[in-house]
Amino acid sequence: MIVTALSRSRSLPAAVAGLAVGWLAFCVLVWLYGASPRAMAELVAEGTWGTSYGAGQVLFKATPLLFTGIAVDLALRAGLFNIGAEGQLAVGSLAAGVMGAHLPPGTPAVLALPLAIGAAMAAGALWAFVPALLKGRYGAHEVISTIMMNRIADGAVGLALGAGGLALTGTVRTADIVSGARIPRLEAVFPSLKGSAASFALLFGIAGTFLVTSSYRRTRFGREIGLIGLNARAMQAEKVPVRTRIDQALVVSGAIAGAASVGTVLGYKGYFEEGLGVGAGVGGLAVAILGRGSAVGLIFAALLFGTLQQGGLAVNAFVPKELMDVLTGVVVCAVALADEAINGPAAPTAKPAARAAAS
Amino acid sequence: MSALDVIVSGTMLAQTARMAIPYGCAALGGVLSERSGVVNIALVGTLLASALASVAASHASGSASVGIAAGVSCGALVGLAHALLVVRGRVDAIISGIALNLVAAGGTRFLLRALYGSSSNSPSILGLRFGASWGLLARTLADPFLLATIAAAAGAAWMLHRTRFGLRLRACGEDPSAAHALGVNVTGLRTAAVTLGGAVTGLGGTALAYDLHQFQAGMSGGRGFIALAAVIVSGWRPWLAAGVCLAFAALDALQIVLQNQTRLPAQVLAMLPFVATLGALVLVGKRRAGDMRPPAGLGKHPAA
Repeated sequence: MIVTALSRSRSLPAAVAGLAVGWLAFCVLVWLYGASPRAMAELVAEGTWGTSYGAGQVLFKATPLLFTGIAVDLALRAGLFNIGAEGQLAVGSLAAGVMGAHLPPGTPAVLALPLAIGAAMAAGALWAFVPALLKGRYGAHEVISTIMMNRIADGAVGLALGAGGLALTGTVRTADIVSGARIPRLEAVFPSLKGSAASFALLFGIAGTFLVTSSYRRTRFGREIGLIGLNARAMQAEKVPVRTRIDQALVVSGAIAGAASVGTVLGYKGYFEEGLGVGAGVGGLAVAILGRGSAVGLIFAALLFGTLQQGGLAVNAFVPKELMDVLTGVVVCAVALADEAINGPAAPTAKPAARAAAS
Repeated sequence: MSALDVIVSGTMLAQTARMAIPYGCAALGGVLSERSGVVNIALVGTLLASALASVAASHASGSASVGIAAGVSCGALVGLAHALLVVRGRVDAIISGIALNLVAAGGTRFLLRALYGSSSNSPSILGLRFGASWGLLARTLADPFLLATIAAAAGAAWMLHRTRFGLRLRACGEDPSAAHALGVNVTGLRTAAVTLGGAVTGLGGTALAYDLHQFQAGMSGGRGFIALAAVIVSGWRPWLAAGVCLAFAALDALQIVLQNQTRLPAQVLAMLPFVATLGALVLVGKRRAGDMRPPAGLGKHPAA
């Protein structure tokens, strides 16, 4: 509990330092490209928070990032790097699309939504179960195995859509999901967001964030994985089933990553198509590293990287939008570096010692 | 031609060697870095960055050797960045690796548009030209990149086991605190090892780009991660790591041959190398004892 409280107050200076470095990198790169940093910054501001449409688009981009962010954060808490959120989201989205499309047309939302989300979470959990099993049984490092599972997910999703016959003939998308499984857009209630793709899935994400971060303190599972992340050997000595908890943390993380499909399949497209949600897994890593363990931090980080993504589109006509990927990497490096410099080795991250003991 | 004919033909062998070079170099870079105790998943980004650097330099100068020098230097630079972040800045090596991979993936696309106004590929370059009149097999076996990779494997093995630098490098990887107590400059040595590993990986990136005569966005195609797995499967040994990459490359070449020969969906075959990697990890995981274990000080900093 003390650790979480500390992490919240201590990570603020690091985040500020990271943003400063990110801003500097933005100016330098834009200037090197031959454009005016000031004009581009104005374009970014205008295209994101400057208009209600832009703000809505930022919220839309931030929604899946928030889910994958808490997914990665939960695993990180236990000292695990879940690089596999990308693949878990892909199979989860496919499951949500297929489940949503196969429900009887008149299914009410109270039934259809939980079923679709449940299918997505189950698929994501299943995808994360393989690395969990490989780690527990054979000591295979989760970084490598989750990366491999991402690649396998690419093939498996394509296979299920094509040879598996889940796609509409001649396309790479599933049939439309039933209306009960659709999550309405925010514009239905806030007319000023008209045209933007932001949906009530964002509220699911925010609720999920508070649920997960408070579970770190309030549930036995949450407390135990946090302590395992700090010192697995001590927890072993305390008779905590370390291996089981690590497996569970990875599987729960996969389920949450799968749930990110509420923002893409259920809240946006209304069906699943190949490639939907690509990049949210990597983005989730950035969100988790920045927001680490605090609900406010995670939401802020998701909004920040959502802003970068949307801002990239705003300047793309003048400066390549990939600029924002570079910035994301730079911000992550700077925050991690500043965190270490300001807080020293006591910062509550997954310490290598804990990881070694756990593997 | 039946599938079997293709498999036993020189084409398949040539294909395998071509594919093995970049990943073999990346795996050697990984061995050097991890033997000194620094986890390096930035290898994937290093391959991409050095591939673009070699193409850009060779395109601008018109000289293949300038391109090679640029590719190797760029690899060393990425390695140095990783080393500075992890060894001096004490950033978690996985976080640094993820961030560098992100910067490399985005940065190469950014530069591609900045330099050539294209979001997918660079203009084509000549690459290395030699032995135009030789047969395919001779050309494959005498490929300077292949010879350089073999030399790098031999050099790494010799360096690790026969030189003072190698002994110290392994000491840093096994027990950084003890190495530090004995007066070894752990920070400097690890920085040198990771930078050297980056340079070797940069050679691989150069080979990747020269092989296709151009740079393509995201061209390392996830196979760089297989190099990481090869490091583990090999038990952190240079020759074996290169050998494992050769085996994966053979599988990859087989996959491409089979794609033209069978009616299996393409995705089944495309997944094959990755499933095989998981399988290999399980196999080595079963016998983690003895000399197949990771360096004991992997990811640890000296206590002082």
